[in-house]
Amino acid sequence: MFLAIDLAFIIEKLVLIIIVVMGSLLIAMYATYAERKVAAVLQDRSGPNRAGPFGLLQPVADGMKLFFKEEIIPAFSSRFLFILGPGLAMITAIMTSAVIPWGNTVEFFGRTISLQIADVNIGILYIFGVVSMGVYGIMIGAWASNNKYALIGGLRAASQIISYELAMGISLIALLFLTGTLSLKEMVVQQQEGLWNVVKQPLGFFIFLICAFAECNRTPFDLPEAESELIGGYHTEYSSMKLGFYLFAEYINMFISSAVMATLFFGGYDVPFLDESTLAPNIAALIGIAALMFKIVCFIFLFMWVRWTVPRFRYDQLMHLGWRILIPLALFNMLLTGAVVLYFNK
Amino acid sequence: MQALTNRVKTVSRKPMNFLERLYIPAIIQGMIITFSHIFKKNPTISYPEQTRPFSPVFRGLQILNRDEEGRENCTACGLCAVACPAEAITMEAAERQPGEEHLYREEKYAARYEINMLRCIFCGLCEEACPKDAIYLSETFTPADYQRKKFIYNKQELLIPHPKEDPEAYKKALGNRAKQQDSDTKN
Repeated sequence: MFLAIDLAFIIEKLVLIIIVVMGSLLIAMYATYAERKVAAVLQDRSGPNRAGPFGLLQPVADGMKLFFKEEIIPAFSSRFLFILGPGLAMITAIMTSAVIPWGNTVEFFGRTISLQIADVNIGILYIFGVVSMGVYGIMIGAWASNNKYALIGGLRAASQIISYELAMGISLIALLFLTGTLSLKEMVVQQQEGLWNVVKQPLGFFIFLICAFAECNRTPFDLPEAESELIGGYHTEYSSMKLGFYLFAEYINMFISSAVMATLFFGGYDVPFLDESTLAPNIAALIGIAALMFKIVCFIFLFMWVRWTVPRFRYDQLMHLGWRILIPLALFNMLLTGAVVLYFNK
Repeated sequence: MQALTNRVKTVSRKPMNFLERLYIPAIIQGMIITFSHIFKKNPTISYPEQTRPFSPVFRGLQILNRDEEGRENCTACGLCAVACPAEAITMEAAERQPGEEHLYREEKYAARYEINMLRCIFCGLCEEACPKDAIYLSETFTPADYQRKKFIYNKQELLIPHPKEDPEAYKKALGNRAKQQDSDTKN
């Protein structure tokens, strides 16, 4: 009897994991297409339109190309680390999706299934931990390449992530004052009942957004790549699917951080002015997933929109922004929130 | 110091104010500009499907002309070869035999007629030199091939399609020139 329940539970989670991982891979795939299309539209061009209708098969063609390209491992690189780098980047990128609540519960075969792989009570800390591990993928790959450009790129990635993670964490502490929980699911439930957190924490959201750009190595913080000065930065020496993994991990990171921002500040799968409890649970869950996906797509568009608008920062500007502006601002926000919470709780 | 021209513009060196140093208004301005480009018309021409309209005097690849009954106009007089500044045209003349009247308009014709398209500079002097209206420059351009020798076009490749046997291809090959001919006959 116990075994039967456990087996169903394992199957349920396994299916969910496969769906989420495949889904994030698919979205990352089409994010590359969207990136090129958005870039084209913003620059009055057509973008990819040859492979399939509207170029929709372009990501498939790109993937095939990367798979069939010659794989070069430089003679003076350390082979194990060189292969480990992109793998680590990819694994950490996918791992973060485990604690994000993709929707409320659905009912199948008389079982209530939560659309969250793991509702751990320290969800947001888990995400932070995994994301900061993601930089090891870049650093290890850069170091193992035995190339000065790659090394500079890796160094930049490391120092950038350290600098911006601080501000990100502090801006999040202010949010945690309000929610009083680290579980993402509970945060969403709170936002369903009350206001979205972005209304309560506009400054915190803004700091978090900027730091998310920096953590994803997206323009204007794409200094680790910096193709015009570092000829590709940390992935200079990479070719074939290992390069593909690095590029892909970036898009998955973008997708996940969009999902995190949507969950933390924009109510996750919550649809405003809609009472989910009146609907059938499965339909409510579907609407919830659609709402979350819509929010994620909006954020991904924002990422791309900013990329094709704002030029890259100089390195000292990046450090100045991180240490001398964002961290004091985040501290101020934390103090302000703390004071307000204290005043109203008295 | 006296300015050298009256077009000198002095650059403002005044320190940025707080809003400017904040950089965020500038970013938002820039993002509005990029967003507005979503609604702008895209000037791209999807090339193989669409082509740009050329002016009627555009000079592309040469075509050897036929008359209305499909007879070749060329008499292999060699004036085009003489006129050609790039020396791209080679030809050999032959005499028309009895029974070949439906093939060649006059009693002499070009048995071999070659243009080296790698040498050709598309100046159109051959068209001007021709007394028989036998060669003209079409709107076709960008020939592509893997071998240099393929760019030496022989007579079969240069000849316009037969107007009776393949009228559609003939019309297409005439292109803008057909319209010109119409207007010529009207005048």
